[in-house]
This record gives sequence, structure tokens and C-alpha cells, in this order.
Amino acid sequence: MSSDRERRETLIATIADLLDGVRHVAVGASSPIPAAGAMLLRAREMRDGKPPVRISILGSQKHNFFTNGGIELFDCAAQGRVDAFFLGGGQIDGHGNINLVGTGDYPRTDVRWPGSFGSAYLYHLIPRVILFREEHSPRVFVPKVDFISAKATTPEVARRGGPYALLTNMALFDFDRDAGRFSLRSVHAPFTPADIRENTGFAYEEPDVIAETPRPDAATLALLRGQILDELAETYPGFARSMKQAA
Amino acid sequence: MTEIVALDALVSRIASGQTLAVPVDRSGVAMAATAEIIRAGIDNLHLVCVPISGLQGDLLIGAGAVATLETSAISLGEAGAAPRFGAAIKAGSFRMRDATCPAIHAGLIAAQHGVPFMPIAGIIGSDLLAVRPDWKVIDSPVGDGGKVVVVPAIKPDVALFHAPEADRDGNIRIGRFRELATMAYAAKRTLVTVERIVDRNLLATEDSAAGVLPALYVDAIAVAERGAWPLALWDEYPADEAEIARYAAMARSEEGFRAYLSTFLSHRKQVA
Repeated sequence: MSSDRERRETLIATIADLLDGVRHVAVGASSPIPAAGAMLLRAREMRDGKPPVRISILGSQKHNFFTNGGIELFDCAAQGRVDAFFLGGGQIDGHGNINLVGTGDYPRTDVRWPGSFGSAYLYHLIPRVILFREEHSPRVFVPKVDFISAKATTPEVARRGGPYALLTNMALFDFDRDAGRFSLRSVHAPFTPADIRENTGFAYEEPDVIAETPRPDAATLALLRGQILDELAETYPGFARSMKQAA
Repeated sequence: MTEIVALDALVSRIASGQTLAVPVDRSGVAMAATAEIIRAGIDNLHLVCVPISGLQGDLLIGAGAVATLETSAISLGEAGAAPRFGAAIKAGSFRMRDATCPAIHAGLIAAQHGVPFMPIAGIIGSDLLAVRPDWKVIDSPVGDGGKVVVVPAIKPDVALFHAPEADRDGNIRIGRFRELATMAYAAKRTLVTVERIVDRNLLATEDSAAGVLPALYVDAIAVAERGAWPLALWDEYPADEAEIARYAAMARSEEGFRAYLSTFLSHRKQVA
């Protein structure tokens, strides 16, 4: 049985792996785990003497080099200068469409979420969008979203951006943009492929052999529990504190 | 000429029914002025959040001051969902105009440039286009053609924000938060609260002038110490996390919200 802290550590390390090779990763609001994943990648690349990784964390002063206000992230993405980003969703469907608005009939939705943020725009423009949603359940992963905040694929317009992977508390999926569907890549212990089938409301590809998502190695864990939580505390003090307290 | 006035006089320049533009939490939110708006009973506002809002938007919604809400999101950040926003959506008590962050920036930039609309990348395929009939998809009139979204200019009656300091001439230090300048360029009037008025001229050197909104765009200033509290003011004080969490818990019910609001208004009055 993995603890809450171990579960989060696996997610953070998996995100760092998914970001392998990117030069500039941006992280949006209310995203402590993606921010930690990006910081882990940056620290690891620096440790290994690889080219520097730039990170832009919205809401951070230290981990943000923009000087042109709130629009600069969006302009930067439009110029092709942002390689990776994270989006979530109250609902995510099997075609990769995401809903950040609510369930039921708009506008008086049964459940209302904060809103679409920059998703409708950034999904078109950033090549490696990682969908990150911790809760893995049929109410989140639905056959069809009630409201499309951002569409994953649009054959009617040229775009370079879109979904790259989907990471949850239970599993990691790849996204095939030509087929417009997900494929199960690995499952986090102690879950099994059967658990994933039971908790996913949309259809996806399931290869014959499915790996277990690796736990971070000792060196990665040391980096994460020290330097990364310290860096994270500026933007996400509550999250960093709870991770330290769990130690 | 920028006037330096008392907080209540500043807020009296906002009229019920006007379009009011306010910034995202990290850029400097005029919370003392927000308390004064609620206290003065200004309502029926068209609130434009640049490009999202949090506690300020939720307080104004809960107080019944908002008739139309134009935003890309309302969220209390680490403290979770904005409870009065959720309740008001369910009750249908205001008109919701959902947006996406760069479209709000683009609308303000159209107003900044004095043009009727601004083209913007992406968005195609989103249901936002269905719920925002004022956003259009056109065939690009130049280049290789292809579909492109255009959004109309956003011209607020009033832009309102909080900043660390102004000088005696009414120049405001805004640091890197350039969206505050965009809001001011686009708005008919700009009202600013500051922590303090400084004697030096903020335009005196290139270093200081780079992060300054010139007085030309600023109609009135009021001093409001800790004027963003309980939100953060960059380089000045962090957010009061405990207070925001307390709001998030209390505002889950209408009664709890009323109780919070009454304490909040009297607290703000004491500071002022």
C-alpha cells in the first residue's frame, strides 16, 4: 500500500520523465504537482550537465522570467517558444477533449468549475500538452464531455499543439493524435489494468503487456524531497508543507 | 491631472451598471476599494476579470453587485473553489460570459489600439464559440487564408487595481504587471489604490520609469494601506492564507458569507 506522499512522488517523477527533452515548460495556476515535475526535470538536467531547461510558473516571481505581463505566456506559445504545458479537466473524454466549465446544461450547470483559463488557446499551440488529473473515475473520464473548453484535435485548422499524455492517480496513457484516442502505457502499483478498465468511462487502446509505472530512484527522491520542495514552497506553500510533514 | 483623493471619494467615481475591469490576484487587487464598493451599494456591475479573479470576484458576486461576469475562471487558488460564484451560477443570478485568458487580453489590446476587434490563435473547436456569439470565426483576409477567431474590443468604463506606490504627479509603479497598463489604456477611467505616495519622481530614471504607468492614464489615486489584504501585493506582503481559507469555509453558506462580509467590511474600515 503506497502512502499519499509516495503516490505524489511517483506522479512528480513521471511528469519529469514525460518532459524529457523539452527546452521550455510552462505551468499554469493551481498546479503544484506539474510545477514540481518541471522543477525536478530542470534540477536533474542541471545535475547531469545537460542544456538548461526554462520553467515559467504562473503566479511565481522566482520561477518566471516573463516581463511583459499576463499575455506574454500566450504570445510566447503562439511564437512556438513553449514546448510543454499541463491541462486538467473536470471531465476529459476519450478524444482528449477537456471540460473546465461544468456538468449539465450551460450556463446553469449542475456543477460549476472555475472556468476554461487559457486552455482553448494553448491546446492548439503547445506541442506537448500533458493532461493531468489525479482523480481517476468514470465521472471524470467520460465518453463525451458536457462542455468542450478545449478541443484536442481539429482537422479543419492546422495546429502544432495538442495532448501528448494523460496522467492520473492510477495510470499513464499516451495519446494518438491521428486516431484521436488514448492508449494505456503503464499502471501505478498497486492498481491493475482491470482497475483502470473499471474506472475509465471512455474506450482506449490496451496493449497486451502493460508495464508498472516505475517508482523514482533514490537520487531522484533525494532531489525531490530536498531542493524541489524548497523551490516549490514559494508558489505552493501549502502543498510543500504537507509533503514535508508527511516525511 | 491625476487627483489624489480619499478611498470613499475614489470609489464614488464608480457607478452602478458600469463595466469594471479588475486584475488577477497576483497583479495587485484593490481589496480595500472592493469593500468600499460593497459598502456603498454599487451594483449591477459588468465585471471583467483580467483574465481571471478569485476572492474579489467571489465577494462582489456574493454581495449581489455583479449583473454580468466576464472571466476565464473564478478560483480561490490553493483555498479551492469560489463558493459564491458556484452558488450564483446555480441560481442563475447573473449573466455569465465565459472566456479564455488570451481572448480577454486580446479584447483589451483591441481597445488599446482603437480597433474594433483583434484576431487570436486557437479556440476553434471550443464550445466557448457557441456561448460567446460576439466572438466570430472568419476566413483570414491575408496570407494563405484559413479560419481565425476574432474577438471584439473590451472597453471598460473603469479599471481598478492596487499598487505599491504612486508619485505626487500620479505616476504608478506597476513593475512587470503590464496587464495593468493594458487595462488602463483600454478603460475610459483608471482608479488606483496604493500603499503610499512617494516624493521622488518615478519617471526620473530609465530604471524606475520602465515599470511605471504614466499619470496620463490615471484619473484618481487613493492611499489604502495593506489595500490588497488578504491577497498578496508583490514585493510588499504575502497573501494571508489563513484568512482566505477562513473565507472559503465560511462562504460555503449564504449565512456564513454574510457573517464573513460584515467582519471584512468593518475590518477594512478600521484599517482605513
